[in-house]
Amino acid sequence: MTTTRPEPVTERPASTRLESREDRTHRLSVGVLVLVVGVVLVVLTASTGDVARFALSNAFDEVQLPTLGLPGVPVVVVCALLCLLAGVGFLVGRLSSRVRTLAGVVAGLAFLLGFLTWAAAGRDLPFPVSNQLSGTLTLATPLVLGALCGVLCERAGVVNVSIEGQFLSAAFTSAVVGSITNSIPLALLAAVVGGLVMAALLALFAIRYKVDQVVLGVVLNLLAAGLTGFVFDQLVQPSSGDLNSAPLLTPIPIPGLSALPLLGPVLFEQNALAYLAIASVLVVWFLLFRTSWGLRVRAVGEHPEAADTVGISVRGIRWSAVLVGGVFGGLGGAFFSLAATGSFTKEMTVGNGFIALAALIMGRWHPVWATLMALFFGFVTQMASQLQTLNTPMPSQFLLVLPYVATIIAVAGLIGKVRAPAADGVPYDKP
Amino acid sequence: MTQSSASPPAGDVAGTDAGAGVLRLDRITKVFGSLVANDAVSLDLRPGEIHCLLGENGAGKSTLMNQLYGLLQPDGGEILLDGAPVRFANPRQAIDAGIGMVHQHFMLVDVFSVAENIVLGREPGRGGILDLRAARRLVREMSERYRLEVDPDARVEDLPIGVQQRVEILKALSNDARFLVFDEPTAVLTPQETDELIEVMRALRDEGRAIVFITHKLREVRAIADRITVIRRGRVVGEAAPSASESELAEMMVGRAVSLRVDKTPAQVAGARLEVEHLTVTSPDGVVVVDDVDLEVAGGEILCVAGVQGNGQSELAEALLGVVPASRGRIRLDGTDLSRATPRRRLRAGMGFVPEDRKHDGFVGSFTVAENMVLNHVDAFADRGLLRLGDIRSHAETLTEQFDVRTQSVETPVASLSGGNQQKVVLARELSRPLSLLIASQPTRGVDVGAIEFLHQRIVQERDKGTAVLIVSTELDEVSALADRIAVMYRGRVVGVVDADTSREVLGLMMAGVPHEEAVRSASVTTVAEEEQKLEAEVAEHVAELEGSGPAGPGLEGGGSGV
Repeated sequence: MTTTRPEPVTERPASTRLESREDRTHRLSVGVLVLVVGVVLVVLTASTGDVARFALSNAFDEVQLPTLGLPGVPVVVVCALLCLLAGVGFLVGRLSSRVRTLAGVVAGLAFLLGFLTWAAAGRDLPFPVSNQLSGTLTLATPLVLGALCGVLCERAGVVNVSIEGQFLSAAFTSAVVGSITNSIPLALLAAVVGGLVMAALLALFAIRYKVDQVVLGVVLNLLAAGLTGFVFDQLVQPSSGDLNSAPLLTPIPIPGLSALPLLGPVLFEQNALAYLAIASVLVVWFLLFRTSWGLRVRAVGEHPEAADTVGISVRGIRWSAVLVGGVFGGLGGAFFSLAATGSFTKEMTVGNGFIALAALIMGRWHPVWATLMALFFGFVTQMASQLQTLNTPMPSQFLLVLPYVATIIAVAGLIGKVRAPAADGVPYDKP
Repeated sequence: MTQSSASPPAGDVAGTDAGAGVLRLDRITKVFGSLVANDAVSLDLRPGEIHCLLGENGAGKSTLMNQLYGLLQPDGGEILLDGAPVRFANPRQAIDAGIGMVHQHFMLVDVFSVAENIVLGREPGRGGILDLRAARRLVREMSERYRLEVDPDARVEDLPIGVQQRVEILKALSNDARFLVFDEPTAVLTPQETDELIEVMRALRDEGRAIVFITHKLREVRAIADRITVIRRGRVVGEAAPSASESELAEMMVGRAVSLRVDKTPAQVAGARLEVEHLTVTSPDGVVVVDDVDLEVAGGEILCVAGVQGNGQSELAEALLGVVPASRGRIRLDGTDLSRATPRRRLRAGMGFVPEDRKHDGFVGSFTVAENMVLNHVDAFADRGLLRLGDIRSHAETLTEQFDVRTQSVETPVASLSGGNQQKVVLARELSRPLSLLIASQPTRGVDVGAIEFLHQRIVQERDKGTAVLIVSTELDEVSALADRIAVMYRGRVVGVVDADTSREVLGLMMAGVPHEEAVRSASVTTVAEEEQKLEAEVAEHVAELEGSGPAGPGLEGGGSGV
């Protein structure tokens, strides 16, 4: 060991990269998808009316903005061309990844604008932009809270398919407690308890008894539906005046800000739960990425043995993460009874928990991305209902499935590969 | 961060019994079901001493250490620290008592930074808020103090294995461990990295820490151990001094005389059977893992592909079989172009494949021995889709006898066999049909020494039938035992193809990317024979040093305290 050796190559030179088969397939499928969208827009030009009007303000807004008129055919044609161009760009494949992302975003926005222009052109009523945006936020509120619940559970390694069940039980408890006490804070508290009970069941069976987590989630959803339905029929329905007339959350305008044109009514005239949802995003992000607890949660979800060998209680951290998640799930459930109707009806959450689950997966288990995805779902759902009132040539049944079609396209084509926490859904067994 | 106990220098303590600073495992017994993993094992860890725990895979070394580290609870016996009994209900308590462990499979979270990994479990910060700046500072300080260079902000998954191990060592040291356990630390390192690790271990010992070095590699043990305890089937079979020869140690470890060399005649090379040109493979995320590889394997020779784990060897083997698609390049077997063929066609064309991870890819655990032995050529044992069960059974009976598979019957599920016997099943299946090419990845990983001997012999026999044999192995011992030629891979490229008698030192440099000529120029020894002489000299020096200062007598002190 006395000779001098050449220094082995220690620094890692940038690895050579080639496009792998998966990447190539993905790029080509996105290209084809965007091209098809462009062609659809070209076809739609034939049936586009003269002028598409977009109302930027609601009739009740303080500041009235003018209604925007766009020339129908030219706008649709330009949007179609943008989509076609982006599609060709993808197929040719000489774009850097940054340009490609830009092309994807441009194509998405162009399709949206083109589609809306076509839908609104030549109608009697203008398309209400302000309604569209504030409705997006309202509809996304439970989705955001549900996705945050899922993010917390799954980052810790517990798959949570039972967001739906947590919503439902929370909606029920908040409706009943709200009706009895006539107090919004107590109703919200009851929602949190409702969410926590379901979360505790999830944690107990997933962590303690290592039940398959997907099956468990499905069972918990059925349990929540059955239990709330039964109690509702037996106790609540007969005296719905006393037990099922909860106070409604009313929009709380934030003084000053709510008077802003366009943004004011959209962002600053929401109900308490919407504000809470926005705050929750920041809270969850901070918890996960800026606290010791968050570091441990992520460690336990990625490599539980590593956490165990430095003395972290894997089960303890998982329990805490699932329970904290349950708080947000519960708040999300409160939306259905307190913000929407003021009462509970059976199975009133109609699949929102699953949409929240999709948002969290598309959002790559990151609270901020999951929120953006939840907003996307909210946007498409709201758009579908706006278009129904406009009397577009599209059948209303098609509009109803629009959010789900958009989901499938987004998941299959645009999102690509996602990497779940490595130990997601894997119960921890001691060596 | 400073070492609290004023540890006397090595040698002075070694003679005293469970005194201050000594950790003693006293008649530890651990039972899993009907298997006695540890049977009254006793062991002393003394400050300033490197204690080697030598034993085969499955001898119970890791089980013993997991009890020391609080991951498992002993069923009998006790742990004494400074003479007082202690119990570690979980790793936290063991860590607090000054025990640190460098795990065989690194306990690092891939997607975390180095700093995050090192502070995990005892994060700096106030009120639960993570102070990553303090964490980085801590890592930089420690890195400087122990001369283990790491970048606190690097993501662990981007680091080479050797650096990941440094992180693992720093993690153990960050808890101020007085007793450090290294569990098979050299399995994943190049010879040079191993040398560096040995230097680190010596430095830590000289600081007064007690070190346990778990391994089954005899060569390393002799170069570094102050004391050697040999474990076989859960029992201590004796202590040995570093002056004991490799074959003496091997005999203690296995329980019978084993030959460490493979008997083989010089290769009778026929024409090239496997020809690979410009083979390139990309991983799903676009990284080139096999980079423009050209290879030729002739009939009747064994070509070993050496390299540190993760330099593209596994992908090369899988691309040859076709389970991983190649992005570019040609593969020809006996003149037939198989570049675009499915794995099924390649198997039919005469490829035999022993996969790296036999549990995953080699057999179906819940299937019987007989079923597994026809798994990839079941058509030969079927009539119009119906299995000829009798033939399958007799086929399996012949093979189990030929390959000495220790199983109750051929109807036993493969999962219940030992690792060595499972591997025999896989190899028997592949060798039971006429082959043009045998590809074997890590053919003896996790296999006991006795079975290694056997598997190596069978591979050489297959070579002598005129089959082209390609072995992928990260174990240099295996490479030099089997190879007729050696191809060294680094970052997906073949650095060079060299003769079988090239020294480990040269191979090690090549495994770190140094081209062959340059490696030969800078290495002190270039052939295996020279290297062995040098090693013997080093061991002799080490032994002389120990005899000058310590109690360890020469030769074996068999008999064993646990029996």
